[in-house]
Amino acid sequence: MMKYIDGFRNPAVAAEFVRRIASQGRELAARSRVVHIMEVCGSHTMAIGRYGIRTLLPENAILISGPGCPVCVTDPGYLDAAVALAMRGVTVVTFGDMVRVPGSTTNLAACRAAGGDVRVCYSPSLALDLAKADPNREVVFLAVGFETTIAPVVSLVEDARREGVRNLSLLTAFKRVPPALRALAADPELKIDAFLCPAHVSAVIGANAYETFAAEYRVPCVIAGFEPLDILYGVYGILAQVLAGEARVENQYARVARPEGNLKAQERIARYLEPVDAPWRGIGVLPASGLGLRPEFVEYDAVRRFGVSVEGGRQHAGCRCGDVIKGKIRPAECALFAKACTPDNPVGPCMVSAEGTCAASFKYEVPEAEREEA
Amino acid sequence: MSVERVIQLAHGGGGRLTRELIETQIVPRFGQGPLKGLPDGATLASPGGRLVFTTDSFVVQPLEFPGGNIGDLAVHGTVNDLSVCGGEPKWLSLALILEEGLRFEVLERVLNAVKRAADACGVTVATGDTKVVARGQGDGIYINTAGIGAACPEFSLGVERLREGDRVLVSGTLADHGMAVLAARQELGFGEGLRSDTAPVHRLVRAVRDLGAAVRFMRDPTRGGVATVLNEMVEDRAVGIRLCESDLPLAPATRAVAEMLGIDPLHAASEGRMILVCAPEAEAEILRRWRALPEGAGAAAMGTVSADKGRVILETLAGGHRLVDVPRGELLPRIC
Repeated sequence: MMKYIDGFRNPAVAAEFVRRIASQGRELAARSRVVHIMEVCGSHTMAIGRYGIRTLLPENAILISGPGCPVCVTDPGYLDAAVALAMRGVTVVTFGDMVRVPGSTTNLAACRAAGGDVRVCYSPSLALDLAKADPNREVVFLAVGFETTIAPVVSLVEDARREGVRNLSLLTAFKRVPPALRALAADPELKIDAFLCPAHVSAVIGANAYETFAAEYRVPCVIAGFEPLDILYGVYGILAQVLAGEARVENQYARVARPEGNLKAQERIARYLEPVDAPWRGIGVLPASGLGLRPEFVEYDAVRRFGVSVEGGRQHAGCRCGDVIKGKIRPAECALFAKACTPDNPVGPCMVSAEGTCAASFKYEVPEAEREEA
Repeated sequence: MSVERVIQLAHGGGGRLTRELIETQIVPRFGQGPLKGLPDGATLASPGGRLVFTTDSFVVQPLEFPGGNIGDLAVHGTVNDLSVCGGEPKWLSLALILEEGLRFEVLERVLNAVKRAADACGVTVATGDTKVVARGQGDGIYINTAGIGAACPEFSLGVERLREGDRVLVSGTLADHGMAVLAARQELGFGEGLRSDTAPVHRLVRAVRDLGAAVRFMRDPTRGGVATVLNEMVEDRAVGIRLCESDLPLAPATRAVAEMLGIDPLHAASEGRMILVCAPEAEAEILRRWRALPEGAGAAAMGTVSADKGRVILETLAGGHRLVDVPRGELLPRIC
């Protein structure tokens, strides 16, 4: 395995890419061009930090971290609903990052401390196990994620139906990447020249999913893996398109992502879920950008099962996660960053998730001495 | 059929069973020297000069892991703390907190490991204590060891002695203990070939004693890993440290598991390694001497003291650079 990984971290090859990108940077400078590249995947965000990729790029090739982390774009109202369920005796099962995401007034960690039954899992199957172990207990799984994680999570519904489990439901906040890209590209306040597209999501939805978008908005879309060479190669591919005046989909992750994607996963998603309008924290409601359970699976939909509301949540007034997610500001430009908002004491969701833009920036860019932790 | 022998509450009650426990488990292993006759305290012959004194508690789960158990860990941990302070380890105390229901065979394996490790380090278990807590109130065995060593006058160690250009050496591969314990605890089903590095570093220190003036600082990267030790070294100082990712010594199995779990090996613990900062002219000689010892076979230079005021910076494989952060939150609960 490590031999395989090492192939994607070869320093000599990296140096060659850096040289070529530098030369592209000079060409861009000669045309007075600055290129803003947005990555929309938390794994890209983390890898860019971990390998210091920003320090390798010319000044006129700027990486912006977009809405790449499903936790970071979860609306406060959703957390309020999860807290309400836990406080009325429902067992809430979730991936760990969600526990500290702030809702309007509290979070699931505080709710657990106050006696709410909140369980952290590494695999959604824990929810099924808990439901089976005690049929009198209502179990709700917090179904959050992009296309990558959706298929395994909806398998819960499949398994529950097959095994006749009737006390398990999903609180869904699934998100789809392409509608978000569309909204970002269409936002007149943003100047995004190209997208570095996520490897794993693309493996599911397929490279073709970006075609109409790239053509319509005239933005280069390059699908790249998560290793340092992948990312450098991705930037190189984007700058080459910009210099050539092109805007097409380039799949550099063809070792996994096929043009049509993972048809089996897509089929499973379509069987259980349908597109719904969804709120993105800091961005707003985007049409057809989420996925909810189809009407025939209503009994597995926690919102309808318990009549909870996921709307009307409020976020901290000073929190600028929305602007960070949109790429309008870098984390350090938020007044709360590394002061009132730190990984140990997060105010906004971008600081909560290990893959959040603010958490990555804090971890890899802010020296200990400049942190004013409470 | 015999009932499996386990620790009972009465083994800590001070009566007959306590006596029996001490006489069958402790006296045969440690009953010579200062413990002879089981006095309440040890009377020790002063080695002269200054002393180094330290203590550490051990609560690792699981109690036994690939490469060692809580017994040798408890000896090595305290011996290593004495050693990196420039002390020659002499005496240890051994305090056991046992949980009702602990199997004797586990206790015996742990005490055998204590005995073996102490003998190998040339330290004497001079005093001790045993308590038993009710089932559910402990986790098998907790051990506290305190240690006394004789300070070696050759060393004058301190982070204030770090100078730009000094070299940062490590005595072997990083993070092996942390990753081995994590894999053993999680029953990950992968991580074959992972082994804790638990070992004493006293011989590594002894080997460089006559180069004392060139040795600026020593520390063992236990909890918090190399990242924590290095950050503490340069915090609020005029100097920083630059590490080179391609020079970090990592065992293939450790690296693979860290990669799969997304854990930075700089954040994971070692229990048999030491970091040493030296004047650049001493680097080659120290590495030569270390590599001549089995516990120093994998020794390497991994970085340099730099002008990056208070910062630890990693030059990455991709050629970029980034900050080396201290781990936040619970990375690996209870690894030592």
